[in-house]
Amino acid sequence: MLDALNQLRADALAQLAPIWDAAPLEEWRVKFLGRKGALAALMEKLGALPKEERAAAGKLANETKRALEAAYHAKTGAMKQRALSETLESEPLDVTLPGRPVQRGRLHPATQNLREIYRIWGDMGFQVFLSREVESDEINFQMLNIPPHHPARDNWSTFYIADSDRRLLLRPHTSPGQIRAMRQLSQGGTQPLRVILPGMCYRYEQISARYEIQFNQVEGLAVGRNVTFADLKGTLIEFARRMYGDRPVRFYADHFPFTEPSAQMDVQCIICDGAGCGVCKFTGYLEILGCGMVHPQVLRNGGYDPDRWSGFAFGLGPERIAMLKHSIEDIRYFWGNDLRFLEQF
Amino acid sequence: MKLPLSWIRDYVDIKIAPEELAEKLTFAGLEVEQTEYIGVARPPGLRGGHAAWLESGARPELAWDRSTLFVGQILEVKPHPNADRLTLAVVDYGRAEPIQVVTGAPNIQVGDSGQKVAFALEGARLFDGHQDGWKLMTLKKSKIRGIESGCMVCSEKELGLSEDHEGIMLLPDDAPVGAPLADYLADVVFDIKINPNMARCASVIGIAREVAALTGQPLRPIPQKVIGKGAPIEGQVDVVIKEPSLNPRFRLALVRGTTIKPSPFWMQRRLALAGMRPINNIVDVTNYVMLETGQPLHAFDYDKLVERAAGAPPTIITRLAQPGEELETLDGVKRKLDPFTILVCDTRGALSIGGVMGGAASEVDARSKNILLEAAAWEYINIRRTLAAQRLSSEAGYRFSRGVHPTQASVGLNRAIELMRVVGGGEIAKGIVDKYPGKPKKIVITLPVAEVKRQLGVEIPAKEIVRLLESLEFQVKAQNVKRKTSNLRSPITNLQVTVPDHRLDVDGTDDLIEEIARMYGYENIPVSRMNDELPPQRTNLDLDQEEAVRDILIDAGLQEVVAYRFTTPEREALLTLPGAPRPAFPARAYVRIENPISAERTVMRQALLPNLLDLVAANLRYQPRVALFELGPVFWLRGANDALLPRETATELPEDKDIQLPLERRRLGIVLTGPREHVSWHGSDTAPMGFFDLKGIVEALLEGLHLSATFAPADDPLFHPGRAAALKFDAQAIGVFGELHPVVREKFDLPAQAVLVGEFDLDALLARVLPGHKVNALSRYPGVAQDLALVVDENVPADRVQALIAQTGGALLQRVVLFDVYRGDQIPPGKKSLAYSLTFQASDRTLSDADASKTREKIVARLKREIGAAVRGE
Ligand SMILES: [Zn+2]
Repeated sequence: MLDALNQLRADALAQLAPIWDAAPLEEWRVKFLGRKGALAALMEKLGALPKEERAAAGKLANETKRALEAAYHAKTGAMKQRALSETLESEPLDVTLPGRPVQRGRLHPATQNLREIYRIWGDMGFQVFLSREVESDEINFQMLNIPPHHPARDNWSTFYIADSDRRLLLRPHTSPGQIRAMRQLSQGGTQPLRVILPGMCYRYEQISARYEIQFNQVEGLAVGRNVTFADLKGTLIEFARRMYGDRPVRFYADHFPFTEPSAQMDVQCIICDGAGCGVCKFTGYLEILGCGMVHPQVLRNGGYDPDRWSGFAFGLGPERIAMLKHSIEDIRYFWGNDLRFLEQF
Repeated sequence: MKLPLSWIRDYVDIKIAPEELAEKLTFAGLEVEQTEYIGVARPPGLRGGHAAWLESGARPELAWDRSTLFVGQILEVKPHPNADRLTLAVVDYGRAEPIQVVTGAPNIQVGDSGQKVAFALEGARLFDGHQDGWKLMTLKKSKIRGIESGCMVCSEKELGLSEDHEGIMLLPDDAPVGAPLADYLADVVFDIKINPNMARCASVIGIAREVAALTGQPLRPIPQKVIGKGAPIEGQVDVVIKEPSLNPRFRLALVRGTTIKPSPFWMQRRLALAGMRPINNIVDVTNYVMLETGQPLHAFDYDKLVERAAGAPPTIITRLAQPGEELETLDGVKRKLDPFTILVCDTRGALSIGGVMGGAASEVDARSKNILLEAAAWEYINIRRTLAAQRLSSEAGYRFSRGVHPTQASVGLNRAIELMRVVGGGEIAKGIVDKYPGKPKKIVITLPVAEVKRQLGVEIPAKEIVRLLESLEFQVKAQNVKRKTSNLRSPITNLQVTVPDHRLDVDGTDDLIEEIARMYGYENIPVSRMNDELPPQRTNLDLDQEEAVRDILIDAGLQEVVAYRFTTPEREALLTLPGAPRPAFPARAYVRIENPISAERTVMRQALLPNLLDLVAANLRYQPRVALFELGPVFWLRGANDALLPRETATELPEDKDIQLPLERRRLGIVLTGPREHVSWHGSDTAPMGFFDLKGIVEALLEGLHLSATFAPADDPLFHPGRAAALKFDAQAIGVFGELHPVVREKFDLPAQAVLVGEFDLDALLARVLPGHKVNALSRYPGVAQDLALVVDENVPADRVQALIAQTGGALLQRVVLFDVYRGDQIPPGKKSLAYSLTFQASDRTLSDADASKTREKIVARLKREIGAAVRGE
């Protein structure tokens, strides 16, 4: 009996080894482990054995059953594993094929740029104030210390509105917004102010790679009880750091009729890192913005008492910033709106 | 303005390198835009060095070697034995034996001697005079027609001074023979940008004064000595000023017996370096003195004036132009004068436009002998007006239109007549005719010392402030306020500052503080963060909403564009068929440009679509699919009945009340055309986009803004009939969209494919947006889905069916989705089938199919009753 059991076990395991498909495996299971299988047939004969042999044979029979069951489960697992590997290995993808295209929309680079500027100034407590694009000569020039026929007017090639006796114009800069912002937000010159004034400006220029008839500008204005030129420097350096990273800046004297002292801020050329290149005209620096302390008369025109309040203002050109950043050589790309340009942003 | 440093050195010692000086001037507001090195080497590394200089498109520079280039003198000119056109010049260059050179220069002839020349020894580096452009060469020994020579007399081109290679350069008689040419002629020229507030610096003395202040060197005054021994000017000419406010000062001097000839080398050279063309000694002196002192001058031929006065002493009258008066100016233009033009006249009529340009009648010419020289002061704004009206520009006008202080008239005139005497011979008449009715008051400003710190944020000691101001010739008196309780010397609290005569731009403490800051150095002012009170922080709702719209639309796959805001009425008129009304956006009065830059940009746009369609046409040349939007203002004149929007009222000032600023209203424009998806190997939906692609975007926008609107068929001539909808809130239409009418499409040169366009009144749309919207609670119970296929009359709009379903379904009906629209087999003609998927769900219990069916039946009953709908298959 014991020999028969051992023989059965050896036969079963030998027959299991080459099986790798479900149907022969099932046949094997029925043949050896089934209710009417070979093992069951041997176990039925256990009762007929002499008493002294019965215990040892029963034990071996159970061992044989467990061994065959374990072998069966191991085989099932191995077969699953093999099947999975085969599936995974079949039909590999060419992963270099292009993916399914997503129809993406994009903001115009001018908008992207403005948003970055809003964000930086917003972090520094400057809020956006939107002002108008068609302005009066009075607010655009006279209130900013630029009387009619003043030589400084040469700096703003202005479009005038017909039939207005030159009293209406397209704003050539965002600075008139300073007057509107001060008047609207300062509550009669009693509240401090920190605003940026973004928007489209217009200049009478022959359109070329360098000049456009319309362009965005962002004006900034801070008025307070003790705002100084040192604050102007500190604030603008902080802006430059956030916009261009840590690089040297320099301030030098400039002239705007509505600020005094007036300055120009340069930042080290982002193309050549100061070594000199065509973009920075070999100066190593790029002109980034004009700025200055708000002229007392402008403060007065905005409703503030210049003996008790002071402030600084600045103006920068977002498209120019974008041109520097992305090495764009032609400003006409912006309003040309060629998708081949826009899709690069 | 271009100025050679050698000229500035007449008035101040320059002890620092040119590039350091350039930087100091730039930081002080006198930007040195370019520095040209003539005969001396450009320092390496400076702004990228010489290579960078060349890359900027400038002419190459040549440093003159001190061991091979000298001032020489021609001892003898002999004929060349083998060539008629060539000569042999024997040149002494002060070192070894004189050297014989071969030259073909037409400006020296056989028999000449004594000329001073630029002499180059073998090995000298020069530009090749015979080649176009600027090719460097090294002078080598060579045989020219049998005569060997390794040396050369140089032309200006060979030295890199100018393009001139006609002859050799002749130096003045006093040029020191044997001196290295670099010592004698090399120079550095600054090109300085003069801002309007720096008009005083449009002169050698102006720049020298700044250099003196910035480098701590003393300034030498302009020579004022005049040797005037001639018969007195008194009685020879009279001056009458009619408009003292426009002509505060008028001075005349007389130089008799002048010889008109070319001015001396040094004067011509300085004028040339400063960018002015030498003409003759008299004209050159007026230009030279103008450049040097900033005072423009005008020379009259005295004898022509006497002749005009029929032999009597002339009377010079300055007055406004009379109606219809004309004058032929020196540039040969006969000019109609404006009533505000101030003229210099005699008793016969106008002689010149005051401060701007002389007239032809009294001009100095080659035969002039007696020169009457004018130095006057003019009111600058009037000069600027005149220049603008006459479309004129002149060096004199440039300076007078920016302001020249009347005291300069005496400095300039003294300097000029003495120079005329020196370079033109003749005799200066004793005395000067000086009418000075508009003498400006001395300006004295009280500057509290504390004000400097309040503005600049840095404590500059009073003594230092005084020093900085005095360096610019301000006179400063310190004032102390006595402290009763202390014996200590009281601190200076106020400064009394007297503005120097050459300054017209300083009249307040802010101007003084700017001068202090400039001299102190902006770079020395510390850096601080504002510690001032933070203003109330407000978000800008208008901007936030605008940006939200942008975000929704780019999420919908659209590209944002920003177009020109200019257009023409004709271009915008293409949007309509002739005579047809535009119900959604009726035409308004245009904001027209008085001085348009081109015929394509004459007005501000009233609509976004025309420019957008142009962009679409341009882009379709490169790609088949365009889907874009623009968000921006349109403009029109404000009418009597136009009410202002809140944001417009908010920025309106009392000053705007009588001027009627145009309205700027925000619009949104969308254009789609081409395949729905780009071609790809995945098998894309490349069917052309149609009405419902655009409508889907409009719906997404509404959903993103949490707005619900209605759509009604639009009868607008812009669109393909039957394929346009108006976006409405109640009765208010705030935009129309649909497929562009084929006729309009052709007018915009668009290809024959469906173009979907929409334009919306963004202000009106955003005014509907509520701050925050309600969110529905989520049910925990399962829902029941049922389909409902209806057959309705063709003319029943889908949104009516959907609205009836939704209303009747009530709270239990969570979702209604139209999933099929069908016409054809099994559907009678004139009918259509609409199939909906309905989802029923309760918030408090699990619905049974029976619950759902009950509601469905109610819906069906109502649809049958109200629109005669039948359930398909029943
Ligand atoms: Zn650079």
